[in-house]
Amino acid sequence: MKLPTLREIGTETKLLLIGIPVFIWTMVPIYHMFLFAISPKEDAFSGKLWPAHPTLNNFYIVFHQQHYFLRDFWIQFLNSVVIALSAGALTLMIATAAAFSISRLRVPGGRWVMNLALLTYFIPAAFLAVPMYRTMGTYGLLNNHWSLILAMVTIASPYAIWVLKQASDKLPVELDEAATMDGATTLQLFRLVYLPLMMPSLVAIGTYAILLAWNEYLYAFLLLSKDTEITLPVALGNFLAADDSPWELLMTTGFIYALPPAAIYYAFKRYMVGGLTAGAVKS
Amino acid sequence: MAITLSADQEVPAPPLSSRLTTPQVWGIVLLAPYALVFLAFVVYPVGYGLWLARHPASYVALWHDPIFARAAVNTLIFLVIGINVKMAIALFLSGFFAQQRTWIKWLSVLFILPWAVPSIPTILSVRFMFNPEWGVVNQLIFKFTGEDGPNWLNDPTVALTMAIGVHIWKSLPFWTLILMTGRLAIPLDLYEAAEVDGASWSQKFRFITWPSMQVLYVTCTLLSMIWTLGDFNSVYLLTGGGPADLTHVLATLGIRYLRLDQLSLAMASIVCAMPFVLPLIYFMMKRLSR
Repeated sequence: MKLPTLREIGTETKLLLIGIPVFIWTMVPIYHMFLFAISPKEDAFSGKLWPAHPTLNNFYIVFHQQHYFLRDFWIQFLNSVVIALSAGALTLMIATAAAFSISRLRVPGGRWVMNLALLTYFIPAAFLAVPMYRTMGTYGLLNNHWSLILAMVTIASPYAIWVLKQASDKLPVELDEAATMDGATTLQLFRLVYLPLMMPSLVAIGTYAILLAWNEYLYAFLLLSKDTEITLPVALGNFLAADDSPWELLMTTGFIYALPPAAIYYAFKRYMVGGLTAGAVKS
Repeated sequence: MAITLSADQEVPAPPLSSRLTTPQVWGIVLLAPYALVFLAFVVYPVGYGLWLARHPASYVALWHDPIFARAAVNTLIFLVIGINVKMAIALFLSGFFAQQRTWIKWLSVLFILPWAVPSIPTILSVRFMFNPEWGVVNQLIFKFTGEDGPNWLNDPTVALTMAIGVHIWKSLPFWTLILMTGRLAIPLDLYEAAEVDGASWSQKFRFITWPSMQVLYVTCTLLSMIWTLGDFNSVYLLTGGGPADLTHVLATLGIRYLRLDQLSLAMASIVCAMPFVLPLIYFMMKRLSR
């Protein structure tokens, strides 16, 4: 066995000196959340780094809705699921159709639409929220799940179209020509040639839109207000309304709320990294 | 029908562009859903919002609102410090995570967590950590020094700094990942050649890494500016704009006016940010729509 040279030890030490602070910086808020989730109230509020009596009782309370702030937990959870999935599906449909139309069918004015969509992508979401809120009121959609779903589709579509267009531009034109030569109609071309080839990007975009809608706080709390209509993040925000909030329950609910997106992210990481980050910033 | 058709063929054919082929009709049909969404939820709201912001009186009112001036300054501080610190660290860490080590690979999996989990629970977690009475930070300070820790979020400067910190915590993984893809695209033999020539660490960075990542770095910085401008969560969930509305940024201020039913003020405050946003958008559009 070769002993490491002094220089190698130096390099490893330097890497560790970077790695350890990075680890602590990343994990502290998440660990703190987890710590609260498994602590009884006395332990949580006493500043311990590990509870004297770790417990899953908080999860029991949340799942059985045994607190004033949690009385609609399951329906709020369901609202979040329904809104995230609908926004994901709708974004996927609208964006795929648009990308196919712009990139493969070269519809007149397609480039224009593409640029306008990109323009929307660059409006900071918090700025668009103000007029969007008012518009949803005009359309009579306030306090209706459709308002949030449509708002999320509006925000997710531009990026979705852009990424899908980039991906479909890479497919060879000869493919379409050959299919058309064989007598394929436009719809067959879309269904039998285009969709299968675009699958990886479609998975990435679907995941992107679902996560975006699941994580959204600002639009959700502006557009929805009834306790049985709101999504989980808004319910979490509502905990702060009281001075003596049950923070250990808030953190438990937050922990449950954070698990699905984290799981989805890691499950689809392969697609996310390939399909999204490469497209996010083209140098 | 047949007669008109054959007659049609005899007269000089109309310009081809006025007749649509079947694929083009499909193209329009498939593009229509997005066009509708765009018209209903972007064009109409934005147009309506601008119309609401047309009165000069709103801008006079904004000008006399000390909260607006404070928010404008805060936004500037948030952007300048937040983005530069974040991008500099991201550039540095992209080099760290590009190292081939098993433990660094595992660390990178954990490192992405802040980006992968929703911001509400983690920001609230930070908020409680710094609770003056019950938070773990002040309890530890008390345990080790016997003195009461500061009332963190009640000091506007500290609170804003912490909001910037939360923003960095949340978005650092994403930018590190992006910069890392840029860094991995640099051919390794460049570094090997530099090694042979006896180049130092800083020389390698200055003559190889930076020149090849410059464009990407600038693009990232600009895009990050736009997104940071729209960062509502970091400030709102941590400080709520408080204490005494001293930590608002433009993103939270617009919503504050909206909640107070001062819609024209909300829109006017957003319009005030436009001279700053539009050049950024123009630049990004030129970059991305090539």
